[in-house]
Amino acid sequence: MIIVGSGAGGGMASKILSEAGLAVAVLEAGRDFDPAKEEDRTQLRPPWESPRRGAGTRIRPFGDFDQAIGGWDIEGEPYTRGEGTSFDWFRSRMVGGRTNHWGRISLRFGPNDFKRKSIDGMGDDWPIGYDDLKPYYDKVDKLIGVFGSKEGIYNEPDGFFLPPLKPRLHELYAMKGAKKAKVPMIPSRLSMLTRPVNNERGVCFFCNQCNRACQAYADFSSGTVLIKPAMAKGKVDLYTHAMVRAVTTDDSGNATGVSYINTMDMKEYRLRSRVVVLGASACESARIMMNSKSKSHPNGVGNSSGMVGRYLHDSTGADRMGILPDLVDRERYNEDGVGGMHVYTPWWLDNKKLDFARGYHIEYWGGMAMPSYGTGFAMDTMRKYLKDEFGNPSPNGGYGEGLKKDIKRLYGTTLGMSGRGESIPQYSNYCEIDNNVVDKYGIPVLKFHYKWTDQEIKQAKHMQDTFEEILTEAGAILLGNKPGPETMYGLAAPGRIIHEVGTTRMGNNPNTSVLNSNCQAHDCKNLFVVDAGPFVSQADKNPTWTIMALAWRTSDYIVSELKKKNI
Amino acid sequence: MNRRENLKLLFTGSLATGLLLTQCNPADKAEDYSPRISGGTPGGRTAEEIQRDQQLLSETFFTEEERKKLDVLVDIIMPAGDDSGSATEAGVPDFIEFMMKDQPSFQTPIRGGLMWLDNYSQDTYGKKFLALSEKERIEVIDLIAWPDKAPKELGGAVRFFNTLRNLTCTGYFTSEIGFKYIGYKGNTPNVWDGVPDEVMKKHGFEYPAEYMGLYLKPEERGIVAVWDDEGNLIG
Repeated sequence: MIIVGSGAGGGMASKILSEAGLAVAVLEAGRDFDPAKEEDRTQLRPPWESPRRGAGTRIRPFGDFDQAIGGWDIEGEPYTRGEGTSFDWFRSRMVGGRTNHWGRISLRFGPNDFKRKSIDGMGDDWPIGYDDLKPYYDKVDKLIGVFGSKEGIYNEPDGFFLPPLKPRLHELYAMKGAKKAKVPMIPSRLSMLTRPVNNERGVCFFCNQCNRACQAYADFSSGTVLIKPAMAKGKVDLYTHAMVRAVTTDDSGNATGVSYINTMDMKEYRLRSRVVVLGASACESARIMMNSKSKSHPNGVGNSSGMVGRYLHDSTGADRMGILPDLVDRERYNEDGVGGMHVYTPWWLDNKKLDFARGYHIEYWGGMAMPSYGTGFAMDTMRKYLKDEFGNPSPNGGYGEGLKKDIKRLYGTTLGMSGRGESIPQYSNYCEIDNNVVDKYGIPVLKFHYKWTDQEIKQAKHMQDTFEEILTEAGAILLGNKPGPETMYGLAAPGRIIHEVGTTRMGNNPNTSVLNSNCQAHDCKNLFVVDAGPFVSQADKNPTWTIMALAWRTSDYIVSELKKKNI
Repeated sequence: MNRRENLKLLFTGSLATGLLLTQCNPADKAEDYSPRISGGTPGGRTAEEIQRDQQLLSETFFTEEERKKLDVLVDIIMPAGDDSGSATEAGVPDFIEFMMKDQPSFQTPIRGGLMWLDNYSQDTYGKKFLALSEKERIEVIDLIAWPDKAPKELGGAVRFFNTLRNLTCTGYFTSEIGFKYIGYKGNTPNVWDGVPDEVMKKHGFEYPAEYMGLYLKPEERGIVAVWDDEGNLIG
């Protein structure tokens, strides 16, 4: 078995396939990484250990202590965009891939999320439904661990949850505002161990730094939770610094292995295998397939339909923040909690009564987080929100003891909201090979073409209205101006939410889809995709839990097909 | 050749060259954790990051004169108080020096702003900013430190001071002195069991009764989770 990529999908496939007794080679373009090693640790480091006090850098755009190495703009690995379109591509070059980055929001897709076309006529239905994935979601919950609460909401299926956490103070204010605005809030569902799920991983010690990778393995990342245990138990060889260029095929069109560049010695190598599993990320797997041209696959392997790269779509995103005067001069205590929100809002409205088709969930943030680069900024616009004992506002800007005291008084008063929503997949939003540009390994790069439609823009407008209502009802002073039509209501550029999916979508019709419902290429029976490429539509949920449930199901199918000697 | 160029050359000749040479051969690209000039970020760094941090730390952006002005300004912005140290004591000038090189878009506005202070002081008082009395310095700062009432024609100087204020404040509050002053309590292993009762009372909140039985009980956080078929925790 060859598995390309060590993120959520590749990690799950390597675990399941190796446990079935198969010999597995995992190829990772980046380097090895283990946060339990002292030399890799950034967890629990105070900002003054960084000369830039935690500010972001080109390869760590989310901060100097963030453990996802890569970013939007990687030296020597360019991508291009079609004129008048936008897409930003976030990559992590390391074992575990982007599971070292994400917010660990671990939501199941609900029954409606697989059948959107049947509901609103847009996009397409998945060839499978919630019932096909439910047993795998159950297994993922138990294997990896996710906290939450059983709520009985039809399209937000419950799972096997660890105990949820009491909300923080700013979250209680958000709940107060949401209640008045008639917006539900429930305990969040994040993959951090509030209690252990086995004796191999530690339990959360509440440092609020999951993005720095956990030395106790108490949160989910593919490297610590899937790849390393699979290597310890099964026949798993990890090839790091292996940038896969193409899937190799024989005259009959079957995959024979992969060709990759060793990024250390810059030489090309080939590996042979019975089955090739791509889990390089939706866009990277599509790129490998389109770059795998041969006599039997003139458009690239898996691409006889011309659908590889098509229907690329990301979640929508918009944000707003305010400050809570009730929290000025607040008491100090350790409020870190887990590395994310303790409560959130699942989608709660009926789109039939709205002017856009799909929903969004709301994430909440704020409070007394560890001061880092950026703390104390913007006193030239924010200081006026502080009032002295006689009710007189402080002047903006300034200097000296008064300014110092005001920053201290303002600390921990922010309350922010982020909407993350479902977009409509479009044939016209896609990535293709740019024949004019290669990366430093000589591999042709991706060119992106992506435009939002009215659906997403109207959804962002609705988000802004909701944010304003909840923040105001919570007693917050809104910061900045409400984003309007000139900025598409603050709608983030495609790719910025890092939930891109759909580039190798599954379907029953080989003319309109790349994979069948088992994530097997229609035109190459020993080629499978286990990242978010197979998604027909990206719900208003974070995709990781579904990537892993699908990867597990696909791996089971591979094992059964091998047993039947079908591949 | 000025002092900074000399310094650059000096460092290129010794420390930095060694680092650059190790980069030439791809086979030697394996991560190197050997001791370096102190100050680079620790933890899971790539060879390129270690090299870049060391390179930036070995360069000097501010001239001696600029650095003296910077020391004075950051202590005006964040002075020592009864219960806290000053910006210079918190290491803010070193942080700002580093940021000039780490994010070069800061360079021209900050250097230009420091020059503006001298130009304005020369025009108004007949001497450079550092030669002004404390009272005169504050007169100049007061012109540009209050964006809502500053004269329109001084917009550039106001923006300079806004940027310097941002960097100074963030440098201050990300130092040990700043942590102590602001009262940050986290970044240490603990168990979250909710907002302290007296704080809940003060803000008029109670945890929702329907969830009280579900929330994590700190005494149970060592017990491996077991569920029944319905997803209820039983172990």
